[in-house]
Amino acid sequence: MELCDLSAVEVRDLLLEKKVSAVEVLDACQARIDAVDGRPGTLEPGGETKEDAQRVHAFITRTPELARAQAEAVDKQIAAGEDSGPLAGIPFTVKDIFCVKDTPSTAASRILANFNAPYTATAVERLQAAGALMLGKVNLDEFTYGSSSESSAFQPSPRNPWDTTRVPGGSSGGSAASVAAGEAFLSLGTDTAGSIRQPAAFCGVVGLKPTYGRVSRYGLIAFGSSLDCPGPLARNAKDAALMLQAMAGPDPRDATAATLDVPDYLAALEKDIKGKRIGLSPDYFQITFPQADGAYSQQPVPEEMRAAVLHAADIYRALGAEIVEDVPMPNTRYGIPVYFVISRVEAASNLHRYDGVKYGYRTQQAVGELKDLYRKSRGEGFGLQPKLRILMGMYVSAAQYSEQYYRRALRVRTLIRRDFEEAFDPQGKYRLDALLTSTTPTSAFPIQDVYGDSVLMQYADQLTVPANHAGVPGISFPAGFGADGLPIGLQLLGPDYSEATLLQLTHAYEQASAGAEWRKKRPAVLEVR
Amino acid sequence: MSEKEQVITPEVFDHLVQLAALELDEEQADYLRRELNSQLSAIRELEAIQLDPETPLASHGVPYDGNNSPALREDVWQACEDVEAITRQAPQFEDGYLIVPDIPHTPLE
Repeated sequence: MELCDLSAVEVRDLLLEKKVSAVEVLDACQARIDAVDGRPGTLEPGGETKEDAQRVHAFITRTPELARAQAEAVDKQIAAGEDSGPLAGIPFTVKDIFCVKDTPSTAASRILANFNAPYTATAVERLQAAGALMLGKVNLDEFTYGSSSESSAFQPSPRNPWDTTRVPGGSSGGSAASVAAGEAFLSLGTDTAGSIRQPAAFCGVVGLKPTYGRVSRYGLIAFGSSLDCPGPLARNAKDAALMLQAMAGPDPRDATAATLDVPDYLAALEKDIKGKRIGLSPDYFQITFPQADGAYSQQPVPEEMRAAVLHAADIYRALGAEIVEDVPMPNTRYGIPVYFVISRVEAASNLHRYDGVKYGYRTQQAVGELKDLYRKSRGEGFGLQPKLRILMGMYVSAAQYSEQYYRRALRVRTLIRRDFEEAFDPQGKYRLDALLTSTTPTSAFPIQDVYGDSVLMQYADQLTVPANHAGVPGISFPAGFGADGLPIGLQLLGPDYSEATLLQLTHAYEQASAGAEWRKKRPAVLEVR
Repeated sequence: MSEKEQVITPEVFDHLVQLAALELDEEQADYLRRELNSQLSAIRELEAIQLDPETPLASHGVPYDGNNSPALREDVWQACEDVEAITRQAPQFEDGYLIVPDIPHTPLE
């Protein structure tokens, strides 16, 4: 095992004990990136080579000089015995949907390809203030619109480190891939329908979607403003706790950032889980799939997913938790249809600002008047997925259709929220601390298998999106491998601001399964070098 | 999906494209209209739900109250530290102005 394959907490301890330097840690990550990542995503046309097909392609922009300057500063602080911060010397990547001052902040879109952010997002600023070293910006679905990272305007798009013929998930695909491949210890992602948890599950890492408002959205290029949640991707619960600790908390620059105190997430990990009530819902053992004829069918989750959930429940039971079965979550199946409406309306609203005038892409064609400039700049600058969201958002929020679509979806969102309130009500029938589910309906699917079918792609998020509608936190953690040799992720969902409990339960599962044979497996990109 | 079942007709689609200020080629337009109709068929699942008319609209999931949200504050003017960092992002910026093509004047009716 190399230095870059350790956990963030292990490396932090080595740094504090002066057994390694921050520059050595950084060099180990840079060497890993050089070895497995291949060329970064680019707007330049041209197909993928045979070599491209075997690489991860997590990055759009690398920032080696910046990272090195930060590492040298950390080493000086440690040598001088100064407080270097809780994440001092830990390399991390940033999903390229966050603004970082003087750094290309592209949203993986041609329309922002030339945009250098004039300010830094709060979450990134806090990670850097805690001593973390930014390695660069990683690839994603364009404007986060997708579940496979294939819609990025910057190609090659990221590939799954466990099998480079598979997608890494999305939209935080570059984030999950960079952590899984040992390129970075931590990554900052966002989750609007499952965009942290689904790629975490596909790539065999931990991904936490915090409660809406727990982490500031300032400096995050907006998709669905009532749904977007920045959060950590990491190798284990302890690392995710360390990262969340540095990012969470009120922010005067984001009025939706919760003003509640941030608990000590690391301390919570070591608490006994005895007596915790963990629910299983029949509605999360069912998945909906669109058929070729346009109809929708419900079917059970694949047996290996179901078995992984039940096995985890057995582990929790053995640790003293109480498993509560048959918790009704009847509105789960409406999560995707509601999302098709709400997220599109919010996306359309947020995308109107891109006009070829203030910043970003402007057409090079001759135009006669301002409206032509808008149409051509947006037509050339946006890819298909942003266009699709703009058109749908405008249609379902139009005055004559709003009652039928948008306002109805907002009411169904209330019902989805009520499902969670009833499950978690401390005085209610179920009194759950967490709900345990599969994170995804399937393991990572082959590249090009789903891309282009926007409905089927959206249904990849059907088990994660209800938490976004409800605002509640959720975590995905690795729970073994399927018959196809790809990682399986499990999900825990909890009440508002219960991140400490979710991390505690994840940590308990990790401890209990630490000796399992499947934990010895390494991503394919590391085996073939 | 038959043409008859398609809610987004070519005429509706063209109107949306105009409103959205997008210019599309034919291939893009065909794909986008097909996907819009597919998504609308998924959205129609919501019609099966018996909704109490009293069910409130939820514009966000987590409730905000005085315990978790900041009090409204006064607007505070703050100088931008680096105006040029913003203005140099503009595709065309001259003499303190964002430059755009002609804006035709239309008489108000």
